[in-house]
Amino acid sequence: MAADSEMQTTGLDSILDRYARDPNALLQVLREVQELHGYISSAAIGHIGAKLGIPHARIEGVASFYSFLHLRPHGEYRVLFSDNITDRMLGSQALMEQMCQQLWLQPGKVSEDGLVSINTTSCTGMCDQGPAMLVNGRAITKLTHQRVQEIGHLIRNRTPLADWPADFFRVEDNIRRSGPLLDNSIAPGDVLRAVIESGKDVVEAVKQSGLRGRGGAGFPTGQKWEACRNAPGAARHVVCNADEGEPGTFKDRVLLTRQADLVFEGMTLCALAVGARHGYLYLRGEYRYLLEPLQGVLQRRRDSNLLGKNILGQTDFDFDIAIHLGAGAYICGEESALIESLEGKRGVPRSRPPFPVTHGYLQQPTAVDNVETFCSATLAIQMGAEKFRAIGTERSSGSKLISVSGDCPRPGIYEYPFGVSVRQVLQDCGAVNTRAVQISGPSGMCIAESEFGRKLGFEDLPTAGAFMVFDDSRDLFEVARNFVHFFAHESCGFCTPCRVGTSMLKQTMDKIAAGHGTRHDLNEIEHLDQVLQTSSHCGLGRSACNPVLHTLKRFRPAYENRLKSLDFEPAFDLDGALARARQMTGRDDAGAHLKTEET
Amino acid sequence: MNAPVKPKLRIATTSLAGCFGCHMSFLDIDERLLTLLDLIEFDRSPLTDIKHCGSCDIGIIEGGICNAENVHVLREFRKNCKTLIAIGACAVTGGLPAQRNHLDLGSCLTEVYLTEPGLAHGHIPNDPELPLPLDKVHPLHEVVKIDYFIPGCPPSGDAIWKFLTDLIAGKTPELGHGLIKYD
Repeated sequence: MAADSEMQTTGLDSILDRYARDPNALLQVLREVQELHGYISSAAIGHIGAKLGIPHARIEGVASFYSFLHLRPHGEYRVLFSDNITDRMLGSQALMEQMCQQLWLQPGKVSEDGLVSINTTSCTGMCDQGPAMLVNGRAITKLTHQRVQEIGHLIRNRTPLADWPADFFRVEDNIRRSGPLLDNSIAPGDVLRAVIESGKDVVEAVKQSGLRGRGGAGFPTGQKWEACRNAPGAARHVVCNADEGEPGTFKDRVLLTRQADLVFEGMTLCALAVGARHGYLYLRGEYRYLLEPLQGVLQRRRDSNLLGKNILGQTDFDFDIAIHLGAGAYICGEESALIESLEGKRGVPRSRPPFPVTHGYLQQPTAVDNVETFCSATLAIQMGAEKFRAIGTERSSGSKLISVSGDCPRPGIYEYPFGVSVRQVLQDCGAVNTRAVQISGPSGMCIAESEFGRKLGFEDLPTAGAFMVFDDSRDLFEVARNFVHFFAHESCGFCTPCRVGTSMLKQTMDKIAAGHGTRHDLNEIEHLDQVLQTSSHCGLGRSACNPVLHTLKRFRPAYENRLKSLDFEPAFDLDGALARARQMTGRDDAGAHLKTEET
Repeated sequence: MNAPVKPKLRIATTSLAGCFGCHMSFLDIDERLLTLLDLIEFDRSPLTDIKHCGSCDIGIIEGGICNAENVHVLREFRKNCKTLIAIGACAVTGGLPAQRNHLDLGSCLTEVYLTEPGLAHGHIPNDPELPLPLDKVHPLHEVVKIDYFIPGCPPSGDAIWKFLTDLIAGKTPELGHGLIKYD
């Protein structure tokens, strides 16, 4: 036992030292302990708690919030199949079943020898090359029957992950259409240097460009930076939101792979504008494989004096960027939850106002923007407001990256000027017989063929980038049900309307799927939606009903043909509920059965 | 000639997997029961001892669904009552009886009738007269459609009075501050 707990605390001190024993780094410490030991033991929590001065219960509270952290051994190999609808459409469920059979395992359980566990996880951002999985946090793409079988063998032979075929881990960029962002080849630091030399006001330049946030909400970026600059505070911060968790979105993955310098340059420009000394890139845990390459880019920029002290010779312009990894929580894409997570806490959204621009990281003024927003800010300053505004539409200037997945021969990244029609995107990706498109992920919009003339942009269809295509072989009810399960799983549990409401919605959808649904259940969904929309603490609860409401409006028969034509039906088999008692009493008389009610 | 008498509303009540506490709380409306009787008449109810529910305007049910007989009674109420109300924690959520839901019914029966001393001569009762227990206890709305819910364990007499008088007056019942509680 003593040896055990010694094993469980080895290596902890060097992790703690690397984070300077900063209690705000708790999540990063836990994540590294998880990587080191495969789980976070009670002994490890005790050790960390003593060193950081944080109570045991709070650490456990944080660790239990994030789905990639485990408080009990979870297998030497932890396999998570990405469970987005696009993975399912590519056959992920059958592959998972196959792997479970191969390794004699039930989903969610750890094998008795402690070797492996297999489960599902929310979209891992590989929709253009799915089905995908994570093994011990590392992304594996393009799963096939054969690949899954090979992985099963590797696990059974206890082959270290480092010795697996590199091909498994290859992530393609799949850029199908590029524009000013993806084609940009300006040398790192050039935009920053030009700004410093000309003394240009960054806030003013961004305001004039009309740049709006690319995370979906579309808040004017210049206005945000100005508010952050003007907010009183001892220090200011720049945060880049790379927690790209919306199912069907993977554009940030490609930007961080291809244009990391544009992202970091944008953050540095923002720091210059608002007077920040510290920047954070909040990278979703699913993109763990990008950590080392990105750290390499940061180091190169430090070496070129583009980060660090007296940047480009400017006295008093000190700024550096740290990368913070998430650990499997969609809600952390919400900016205030992201900040809580940065502070090493559970990712529960804060009450807003006050907004992060005045009370953000450590309650200090913080500019939080999406990866693509920072890239576009660099581009807007590089091009000048006039040229930048010439791209896109009047109220949506610039270009937008669209992550196309689902039923089309050419899934991947498409860069368009804002204002492109849905039909144009469908044509370019080669989609045929398209029944519906889910714009901007489950929390966005599901549109049908008659609306394919609509345009992507803040004037009509705002989008964070997801574009999932469903052809006429797809059942939109099952699509909506997948999204409803996603929201129920990702609800942070803080407020009752969302925690309970999303579960009730899931149960109702499952009831309809099992053939027990009635018209009453459709009414209940509408009622639930009202409760969720009016009383949820944050946007997750408010948008959790969207997939159902949008599909009910456009694809109502997909629901109706599943309904029993009764007023009401229980979700379970009443006669079956007596089976155990029949077995125990040995009865089988008429009174020992319940007939289905005829109405 | 006398003015036409407004017909009284007919109300049925019963307790299923409950403790009759909600009915006791109903009696806590005290002398207002007499006012109520000017407006309503009782069908099946512990107050009348009528065994089967006839055609009614309102049905009030306390307790959840724990056995086959509960299902029959609940269905009878649903069939005969225009408006069906679940009253009290057990009817609304399953309540105390639902505490057994995390246990296997077989182990419960074994424990009570076979391994524990003193009961039933060492066999699980299997008389056809006895209703079989369901494997889980359910709230009413999982078995039939329920129109209204009055939470509380039990809801106070005042809450029941307010709810019924609202309903009888044709208003959507609203339990304000102090009347709605979940314990």
